[in-house]
Amino acid sequence: MKRLAVLDPDRCTGCQLCMFACNRRFGGGGLSYSAIMVRSSGGVERGFVVVVCRACPDPPCAKVCPTDALVPRKGGGVMLNPNKCIGCGMCLEACPFRAIQWDEHTNKPIVCVHCGYCVDYCPHGVLGMEEWPK
Amino acid sequence: MSPEVPSRVAYIDLSRRRYEFVERPDLFEEYLGGIGVAVKLLMEECPRNADPLGPENPIIFSVGPFNGLFPVASKTVSVFKSPHTKNFGESHAGGRSSMAIRLAGYGAIVIKGRSETPVYLAIHGDRVYFRDASALWGMSSTITVGRVLRELEPGSGIRTIMRIGLAGERMVSYASVCVDTFRHFGRLGLGAVFGSKKLKAVVISGKKSLKVSDPRAFREVYDEIYNLSIKSSLMKKYYELGTPMNVNPLNSIEALPVMNLKASRSDKASEISGERMARDYLGRRFSCSHCPVSCVHIAALRVPYETEPYFYKTVMISYDYEPTYALGSMLGVFDPDGLLKLLDSVEKYGLDAMSTGVALAWATEALERGLIGKDDVMGLELKFGDYKAYMKAVELLATRRNEFFSDLAEGVEHASSIYGGKEFALAFGGNEMPGYHTGPLAYAGFMTGGRHSHLDSAGYSLDQKFAKEGLPSPEEGAELLFKEEAWRQILTSLVVCLFSRKIYKPELVVKGLKVIGLDFTEDGLMELGKRILRMKNEFKLREGFSPDRLRIPRRITEVKSPNGMIDEDYLKRAVKRFYELVGLPPS
Repeated sequence: MKRLAVLDPDRCTGCQLCMFACNRRFGGGGLSYSAIMVRSSGGVERGFVVVVCRACPDPPCAKVCPTDALVPRKGGGVMLNPNKCIGCGMCLEACPFRAIQWDEHTNKPIVCVHCGYCVDYCPHGVLGMEEWPK
Repeated sequence: MSPEVPSRVAYIDLSRRRYEFVERPDLFEEYLGGIGVAVKLLMEECPRNADPLGPENPIIFSVGPFNGLFPVASKTVSVFKSPHTKNFGESHAGGRSSMAIRLAGYGAIVIKGRSETPVYLAIHGDRVYFRDASALWGMSSTITVGRVLRELEPGSGIRTIMRIGLAGERMVSYASVCVDTFRHFGRLGLGAVFGSKKLKAVVISGKKSLKVSDPRAFREVYDEIYNLSIKSSLMKKYYELGTPMNVNPLNSIEALPVMNLKASRSDKASEISGERMARDYLGRRFSCSHCPVSCVHIAALRVPYETEPYFYKTVMISYDYEPTYALGSMLGVFDPDGLLKLLDSVEKYGLDAMSTGVALAWATEALERGLIGKDDVMGLELKFGDYKAYMKAVELLATRRNEFFSDLAEGVEHASSIYGGKEFALAFGGNEMPGYHTGPLAYAGFMTGGRHSHLDSAGYSLDQKFAKEGLPSPEEGAELLFKEEAWRQILTSLVVCLFSRKIYKPELVVKGLKVIGLDFTEDGLMELGKRILRMKNEFKLREGFSPDRLRIPRRITEVKSPNGMIDEDYLKRAVKRFYELVGLPPS
């Protein structure tokens, strides 16, 4: 399978178009459904941190999920079964990259599904799709 | 699914530490957002003859229907009564500001009153917090204040941090508000208005979503704008060399103001050109939120510590065309290291770079001519090119150290009314000039524009076009300026960056508005633009502006431009015609 990868974070100019692209999969503008986070590493003069799901082959977020709402995917990463999720937020803490975002409306996690929609809106080649596991 | 357009206005009272949210669809339906809504709110909130530094002067921030939705819609508009011109004040900033305000749920934020003790506002979604800022007051660098707030407040990545420096605290009439990193509400003194309210900073965060009426059409229009901004050549000049790419071309056509406009070109200009800076200093580029262009160019300057060998620091300093003109060519500073250090200093104190450069250029010439003495400048040997003396002067100016620097802290219009030297005091409508000695239409724009800025009506662009084919009559020139400025009211109501004006053509704007359920025609938009421009000028006239009293500094008529020598009569006729077109003839 393929995963979304951060090919070169030093090329990131912090435009956040990937975040808006991710949210657009659900139809509208804004950011509340975005699974990506780009922030500065302590002021933009020090560059940017691009936080995306790594598609772990053995994902810790799924291990700590008390209701098995996060199901490991073949090849890496997780899928969310919203019917099982109780919104406890354990997965947020378990991810060492803090790559899980939170949907305040449904009180459930937002996880990257590695669809690659954001890649087409990264003007500087920071994001790309790659074969995974390597 | 009903689409979302901005409508909520947050009214915040610093005196009583209260706030309320009011839904104002009336405002946003009629004026879209951004500048249209902001001017209307200013008319409602700012009492006639308000003291710009009094509690009654409102600070208004506004965004529009395209912010958070379309690319390059990355700007926030601020309006206030300007302590610099004592009249209409308007300033725009990018960074993360418009995203944060819109996605926190607001169309506009109105801040009134005055706090007894230093305060900063933290607005996270629909919560507003008044936080003590007494420990932050008096800090010497806006950069450090930003770092402290970054640690204190939540919302990393989805927030904006606006704050003032010492210049704002001391109410220098052209103090700026620093936004995030290296972005500003510059020019007409919003920083001083913050200072007068004891408001050190405003932090805003939010990550709402915005519904559209037709998701498929939304994505189509989005892609059209995105492709134009990244795959066409329309934005190329902004992302390659950035705005300082203007230095060499303007110098070669004799349009670059040099040493208080004693000249319009210099053999040394290429030393501070976009090409030179990119080759030897460019360390990083960055973007405002939701803009793929990344026009912000940051130099990496390696500085040795003079007292200790093998000890260095690397300072990151933003450079753009206007600060390069004002603190570079205008002051005869063509040493790029020196220019960068001077830029860094202005950034830390929170001054408007353009007004500061023009003010120091005037002071240098006033000293040369003996209008002021050595005591006035506290023994500083202000000489064109001496960036070290200018760095010291920036400190004295920002902190209003003596009577002379305190006068200079009110701008060259004010200082020259006390010390003389009006003929070379380069301000228009009370605002120091931008870096375009391109011809009469640029100057007519500085005189008539809502902000007395080059961005009001782009006369510099017309001048450069007509330099090849000959100038039109002043009346025809005024008509072109008026049309451009009226259309720009629409762009700044949406609010898109004016660098994307060649992308956001009327046809595309109409399409974009349709996606969120707003039906406008191109003609309808143009009429609205004229109405907003007229409303702005109504405010100016209400507060005592008179086109008849506009001063033309003689200096601009004595130096060659790409359109030859500038004719005062041409300017006067253009100004007269402009106000006839606005519909408010000179009183």
